[in-house]
Formats: sequence, structure tokens, C-alpha cells
Amino acid sequence: MAKLSMTVNGRAVSGEATGNRLLVEFLREDLRMTGTHVGCDTSQCGACVVHVNGKAVKSCTMMAAEADGAEITTIEGIAEPDGTLSRVQQAFQDYHGLQCGFCTPGMVMTATKLLEQNPSPTEAEIRHHLEGNICRCTGYHNIVKAIMAASGQDVSKIAAE
Amino acid sequence: MYAFDFEKPTTVADAVAALADDEAQPLSGGQTLIPTLKQRLAMPSKLVSLTGIPEMQGVCKNDAGEVCIGGATPHAVVAAEAAAHYPALAALASNIGDPAVRNRGTIGGSVANNDPAACYPSAVLASGATVVTNNREIAADDYFDGLFMTALEEGEIITEVRFPVPQAANYQKFVQPASRFALVGVFVAKFADGVRVAVTGASNDGVFRWTEAEEALSANFSPDAINGLTVDAGDMIGDLHGTPEYRAHLVGVMTKRAVAAAS
Repeated sequence: MAKLSMTVNGRAVSGEATGNRLLVEFLREDLRMTGTHVGCDTSQCGACVVHVNGKAVKSCTMMAAEADGAEITTIEGIAEPDGTLSRVQQAFQDYHGLQCGFCTPGMVMTATKLLEQNPSPTEAEIRHHLEGNICRCTGYHNIVKAIMAASGQDVSKIAAE
Repeated sequence: MYAFDFEKPTTVADAVAALADDEAQPLSGGQTLIPTLKQRLAMPSKLVSLTGIPEMQGVCKNDAGEVCIGGATPHAVVAAEAAAHYPALAALASNIGDPAVRNRGTIGGSVANNDPAACYPSAVLASGATVVTNNREIAADDYFDGLFMTALEEGEIITEVRFPVPQAANYQKFVQPASRFALVGVFVAKFADGVRVAVTGASNDGVFRWTEAEEALSANFSPDAINGLTVDAGDMIGDLHGTPEYRAHLVGVMTKRAVAAAS
């Protein structure tokens, strides 16, 4: 077991992990932060996306020990401390960007990074950026719409309801 | 996963020392290795992370005009930082996997693994790049050695890949949509002394140079120059995604598209 310490959502945390502990296991099972989901566990689906030192990564495909000393943001750290939803979260609610909600934490984390890098993405850019996030309910239309709306763009021309 | 220890050295020398242990294995971005470990297809005693070594990070241009990329540089950084120096290489990096994979996966990891459908090996081979390790420099033509096989010795680490910059170049990938690997990918690079064409995703022997197309394109750098040329379907991969004949056909189509986009 090796000692680990990192900053998660602005809070210093520490723990112990074996060499083969995944970051997502450390977050969910040791820190009991279960907002980050494990959908496929094969780095396909993106439900486990978190931000590590400002980059979106799949936490099921990163060792916990690799994140020693890192700054991590999970879905639990996206809303304001008073519970006010972020722009992206609010848009997902307003535009019904989810059905079962299982993929939503990863979608929000990926979309949040996209809008930081590209504040006004086209529909095609949004769809390209979501290639690593799989949703089996919505058909993506309302997710794309929500992300466009969160960027402050007109979404009335996006086709499907 | 089986149990293993984890080390994260901060210099190449320390990483080489850590890898001297029996059954130690290097870990770069882990986007292939970690899924492999989960399937219990590998049983290292220790993983040695290469992501904490500053001298293996980043993109720069050397005095010879080559673009030098640190072995542990993630695809997303190559996409951003190589764009001004070698746009075709940056474009290739920007279409590997998905955004989260590009933030972890590294050029050294991809080139060391030499997956027959990976994108980077085609750029390395078509550019005539140099693979720099902790103890030598290996020319691309001497480096790739069949499926998942390379000239690397046990415990040898790719510290840098150096790319000569062509006059014109382009990479065209026919994406296998589920994996986002190349069903067929072709990298075309035009240098003053000739054209190099490298094909990934297609062959049972991994990445290869299509020398007939190189000769035709060196004489006449236009898509029509390769009319009538074909690769032998007998050497191509056949699986549920495509037959050998389909892949052989795609090699020609992707080469034409790459030439059209490069010229």
C-alpha cells in the first residue's frame, strides 16, 4: 500500500492504495464520492470522466497512484457550494439532456471542458467532442442542444425534440 | 487486475533502473495497457510510470528543423503544440480516440505498442522519423517489426520521436466507428527527395510502406498517379469489420484522398 494525497473539489484528501487501484475506485469506494459512474470499465463510455489537473480523463483508465498530488474535480464539485447548478448542469435540466441519467456525470464533465476550450462550439464540434461519451437513452439530440444552450447560442434550429 | 507495485520516477535514468527488475513494465498514458491489465492479459510485478519525467514532455523544433516530441507527451498536447510546425501530424493526433483518451495517451506509448491499427506508426514511418530511446536512435525503417513488435529491447524507453517536416503531408483515416482506431489509415509525406506512403490498420504485418505508390507519386504528385496500382489483398487483415479485399481497396482510396488533401 502506498500513501496518496490529492485535492478533490478543493478539499485536501489522503488515503492508501495498492498499485493496481484505479482512480475511479479510489474516488467511489475510498472517498465515497459516487457521483462519478462506472459504465463500461473499458474506457469506451465516458461515464467516469473527471478533471485531473484541468484535463478531462477517464478515471477508470488511470491508476490512483498516478493522481498522487493532483488537483481533481468530480461531478460533485461542479455546482456552486450553495447548490446552484453550473451553466452546463442547468442547461441539461432545462433542455432535458438526460433520461436515465447514468451517463450524465461524464457528459457534464466533458461538456464543461469543451466550453472552457471552445466557448461557442458548432453542433458538429460538440458531436465530435462527445465521441468518448456514450448515452443509450437520448439519441444525443437534447444533450447537444443543452451544451449549445449552455454556450449561450440559439438552439431553435437544432432539429429533433 | 493482478496485484502489482507502482513507481513514478522523475528522471529517465531512474525509470531505466526501476525497469531493470524482473517483470517490471513501463506505463505511459495507460489507454491500452490498463484495459489489458484489467483483462489479466499482462501480469507485471511493477508498473513504472513515465508520466512524471519532465525531459520526456513537450514539443519543440531542433536546429535541424525536426519536430521533437517527448515520449510521454499526450496526443492532445501534440495536437495543440505541433500544429504550427507539422500540421498533418497535429491533425492526426487530434483524431486519435476521443478527447479524454487524447489527454492521457502518449506518442511513446503508441509507438512502443505498435498496434496494427494505431495512427502514429504511419506518421513515424511516412515521415522517416527517428525513434530516440534511453540508449540509441532508431530510424523508422528499422523500428517497426510486425504486429505489436518493434526494435525496442526489454526495458528500453522511447524518450523522444524526431520528425523531419515534409513539404506537404496528410493523413487520412477510415475510422472503425466503435473503437475509433483506423480500419485503414494512410499517411502521405512529400519530401524534396521523394514521397513516402505508410499504411496502418490494413496489413497482417502491421504498418508498412507502399513502395509502388511512393514511386508513382514521386514522379507525379497527384491522385491520378496511383490509378491502376493495388496492394495485394492476400496480405490484408480480414475481420468482422472488413474483408481483406475491402481493406486493399481502401488503401488506394485513402492514399488518393491524402494526396488530394496534401497537394
